[in-house]
Formats: sequence, C-alpha cells, structure tokens
Amino acid sequence: MTPAIEVQDLTVAYGDRPVLWDIDLTASRGILMAIVGPNGAGKTTLVKAMLGLVPTAAGRVLFFGRPYGRRQQLVGYVPQRGSVDWDFPTSVMDVAMMGLYGRVGWIRRPGKKERVLAMRALEQVGMQDLAQRQISQLSGGQRQRVFLARALVQDADIYFMDEPFQGVDATTERAIIDLLRQLRSRGKTVLVVHHDLQTVPVYFDEVMLLNVRRIASGPVETVFTAENLRLTYGGRVAAFAP
Amino acid sequence: MDLLSELLTDYTLRTVALGSALLGMVSGALGTFAVLRRQSLLGDAISHAALPGIALAFLLTGSKAPLILLLGAALAGWAATGLIMAVTSATRTKYDSALSLMLSVFFGIGLVLLTAIQKLPNAQQAGLDTFLFGQAASMVARDVASMAGLGAAALLATGLLWKEFKLLAFDREFGRTLGLPMRGLDVALTLLIVVAIVVGLQTVGVVLMSAMLIAPAAAARQWTDRLGLMVLIAVAFGAIAGVTGALVSTSASRLPTGPVIVLCAGSVVLLSLGFAPNRGIIWRAVRRYRSGLRLGREALLLDLYALALQHEQRKHPHSEAALAAMRPGAGRLRARLHRLREKGFVESATRSDWMLTDLGIDEAERLHRGRSVQPDTRP
Repeated sequence: MTPAIEVQDLTVAYGDRPVLWDIDLTASRGILMAIVGPNGAGKTTLVKAMLGLVPTAAGRVLFFGRPYGRRQQLVGYVPQRGSVDWDFPTSVMDVAMMGLYGRVGWIRRPGKKERVLAMRALEQVGMQDLAQRQISQLSGGQRQRVFLARALVQDADIYFMDEPFQGVDATTERAIIDLLRQLRSRGKTVLVVHHDLQTVPVYFDEVMLLNVRRIASGPVETVFTAENLRLTYGGRVAAFAP
Repeated sequence: MDLLSELLTDYTLRTVALGSALLGMVSGALGTFAVLRRQSLLGDAISHAALPGIALAFLLTGSKAPLILLLGAALAGWAATGLIMAVTSATRTKYDSALSLMLSVFFGIGLVLLTAIQKLPNAQQAGLDTFLFGQAASMVARDVASMAGLGAAALLATGLLWKEFKLLAFDREFGRTLGLPMRGLDVALTLLIVVAIVVGLQTVGVVLMSAMLIAPAAAARQWTDRLGLMVLIAVAFGAIAGVTGALVSTSASRLPTGPVIVLCAGSVVLLSLGFAPNRGIIWRAVRRYRSGLRLGREALLLDLYALALQHEQRKHPHSEAALAAMRPGAGRLRARLHRLREKGFVESATRSDWMLTDLGIDEAERLHRGRSVQPDTRP
C-alpha cells in the first residue's frame, strides 16, 4: 500500500542558510506522528514546505503517491494559533465553515448543508455552545478547538497540526487527544508538531526527531531513545531519558 | 433646513451629494478589508502615487476629461503597489520603508510635474491642482455616472468574492491549503482598493484620500463583531461623511472638499471610539466603574459574613467603625451599606450598627463558595 506521506530529499533555505536539509520521511496510513526538535529546528517550516506554503530548494512531497497540487482536498491544516488576528470580526461558526470554502465553489455562499457540517465538527471539539461567540472572546484552548473544527469539516485523510497543545488548558488537551485517537481509528494520518517530550510516548505511535536534518524517524519504541534525543537537542536533555 | 430644500432643487448640489455618497460607500466597503488586513498605509501610498499619473495623463493627452486623468491615476497607483512589492521581495527593505519611499517619491514627481504644467504657455492647464485637496464642486453629472459605474463594479466584485476575501483577510495560508488562488485574490482586492481610491480622488484629493478608506472602517469596527455588518456600517458612515463634507464645502465659502469630508469622517471615528457599546471608551469606563462598585459591595458583604461567623447569633450587629477597620482605605462605606440594604442583604440595627439579613447570609455563602472554588481562569 502506498504510504500516506512520502518526503524525499526535501531542502528549504532562507537565503543561503539551510533551514531544512535533505529530509526524507515516510508516514504510513492511520498513524499519529509527532515532529519534535529544539526551537529553530525547522518543525513549522517542514509542515509548511510539505503543504507548499514555503518555496522548497529541492526535493519532492507525495501524498498517497501523488504530488500535493492534485491532493489538496485530502489534506487538512491546523496552523499555530498565533498566526491569525483573533480580533477579526467573525464568529466561531464562521471560522469553522471556512474549512469548506474550497469545496463550496466560486461565487456561491456556504448554506444550510455547510452549517450542519460545521456544527457537527464543533460538537466533536465541544464548542457547539459557543458557535455564535465572537472569536476574540475565546480562551486560548477554545481558539485551538475552533481551528481543529475548521480542519475537521474538511474531512481530509491527512492532517497537519502545528503545536496544537501549546499553552492550552487541561480540558482542551484531553479533547485534542480524544480527537487524535478518533481520527486514527478512522484511518487518518496525523502529523503533529509537538514540544512536550514527556507526552510523546503516551500520545503518539511514531515520532520524527528533527534539527535541520532528520535525526531519526519511526515507531516511538525504537526511535525515541536517549541517544537520538541527545543528537537532536545537544546535551541539554540528557537528564530526560524515556 | 435651507441646505435640504436646496438639495432637492439645486442640480449642482444634487450631483455633488450623489457623487460624494458614492465615493463614501465604495471606500467604506473596500476600506474595511484594507483595515482588517492592516494595509491602511497601502491606501495612502496608492493615493499619493496617483498624482504623477494624473499629471502625466494630462501631459500626454492634453485632455482634462476626468476619466482619462483617473485612468492615469489608477495606472500610477498600481505601478507604485507593484514597485512596493518588488522592492520588499527583491531587497532587504522592510514593507513600511518601501511604502513610505514610494509614497514620497511618487508624490514628489507629481508635484514637480504639476509645477511644470503650471508654467506651460497654455490656458488649459489650470485646475489640475484641485486634485491635491479635492473639489467636489467641479463634479458634473457625467463624472458621477462614471464614478457610479466604477463603484458599482467594485462593490459587485467584492460581493461575489466575499468569502474568498474574508479568508484572505483572516488566514491567507489556510486559504492556500484549501487550493484557493490567494495570490490572485490579493491582486484582485488590491485592484479594487485602487478603484475605490480613484473614485474618490476628484472629490477628496490625493493627500487625504486614504483617510476615507480608513476612517469609516475603523469607526464601523467599534459597532459590530460581524464582518458583513461592519462593511454595511462602513458604507453608511462613508456616505454620511462624504455627503455632509461635500455639501458643507460647496455651499459654504468654497472650502477644499477633501479636508472637510475627512473632518466629518474623523468626527464619526471619534464618536464611535467614545460611545460605541462594548468597545467604546465610555462604555468600557462605565463597565469598569460598575464592576468596581460591585466588587466593593461583595467584599463588604463577605466582611459582614466573616464577622457574623464569630458569633453564635448570625444576625449580631456590627458597627461601621469595625467594618471600616477591616478594609482601611476602601472608602464610601456608608454608600455601599445603603446599596446593600436596597438589595435586602443587610439591615441596620441602630443608626451605625449593621447586620446581615437571611437573604444576605445566603448571598454571602454563595459568594464565599464561588471565591474558594477558583474557576479555571487559565487562557
């Protein structure tokens, strides 16, 4: 079976400074994979490069064996919360429906069918009661869940999530974890940029250790070792051995 | 009112009012997107850059027909936008530097060309300098017709690309992952902003036109949390400011129209910043004051409760002096006590001794529970 994601020789450079160097990565279907690495390791850039949001210097990215341009409907994206202006005049419902804008088609407005889908996604993340709320009045965790709902309505097969656990409350963390497991049980592949090493073995099946280069990737049991962590982070996490 | 009856009969005034209402509506609608995308300054650069376009259009064609001049303005504004993008992406110049650079360079060229035109041995040249500060009185029916055409097209396009523009303003990268051509949409929206500016140039002038883009939208943001409503309110504010300003400047002592319109728009902003519910300064101050009072009353109620707990008899009265000593500097003790009595939470035993009522005890216990179980306030 073709893997969900195949990355070959991916290189990204800002000016002449390489941010990602010669990355290879394979993710099979129906797994939860964490991407971990120190600040500036290129985690966000890797996700954006796979989605075609930043120009790549070399390499190619395949989703189910095809390049991204043909596979856009199959890929959902949950960007970092801080990437948008939360004082934007819009409601929770409206943001959730944005996930369907690509499918609605030009000129047409999202209608009743889209509202139902968006509401269902909001229910999945426990935000149905806040559907009419203005987004500036949400807590950080609630904002994260709105972003998740916006990706869920797409009903994609592959999801990229950039730091969804960053600074969220315990309720939201549990909601995200439940959601991830649910997605996995439906055969979806989820790549999560993650910062909390403690929870990697608990939450994820596979892990990619990244620091400009790919240090290692594969099942958590075999790859998430003290030696690999030292290679990724330098000597700084020597105290933390999984 | 004199002005109003004149408006109904006077052909020139009616033309001016219609034209300035149109310009206010178009710039209000597109300004909303410019403001939300933090591109307010781009409008300023485009409008200033329009001046050399107007001058060149006149030099090349010898015509002062508004449509030709405005075409020059649009092309120059568009060229400036392109140059700003090119400079930021090709060099290490920051966006705001590139913006002010293009603004001043284009405006400088425009002023030089205007001066050169003034010296031409040709009686035709007079009047181009009205484009600096605007002259509503110079509008004729044909101008209004072309403004209406351009404006209606811009508004229609905004309506048709509504959800795409919303996504562009809120989360451009997410739009790209949906497969939408965000770069093309960006170009389209910027083009429409150029159109909005061009529609207003004759009336408001290049120097102050960007205010008409920003002010109605900034004011509208104060009144609503919904994008659709914000655009409608900005359209209304723009029309009000445009009509009021144009009529005042035309019927009074021939003031330049642009500054008067911008003053009107500025007043709308000021009023909105002050008085709008929720976001307005006054509203927020009132709310802060009220919640301060409420917290003060609740603290007093809890103090009384704490005192009451020290006695067998819950309704044991306590003196104002004791209550004042519990929170030195809290102030206005008597007023707070009276307010609590109005609510039926306390009653006075003597003139300066107070005790909780049954209702007050219930309320205090409710507050006490609420305070000891801290709600999760983590963002």
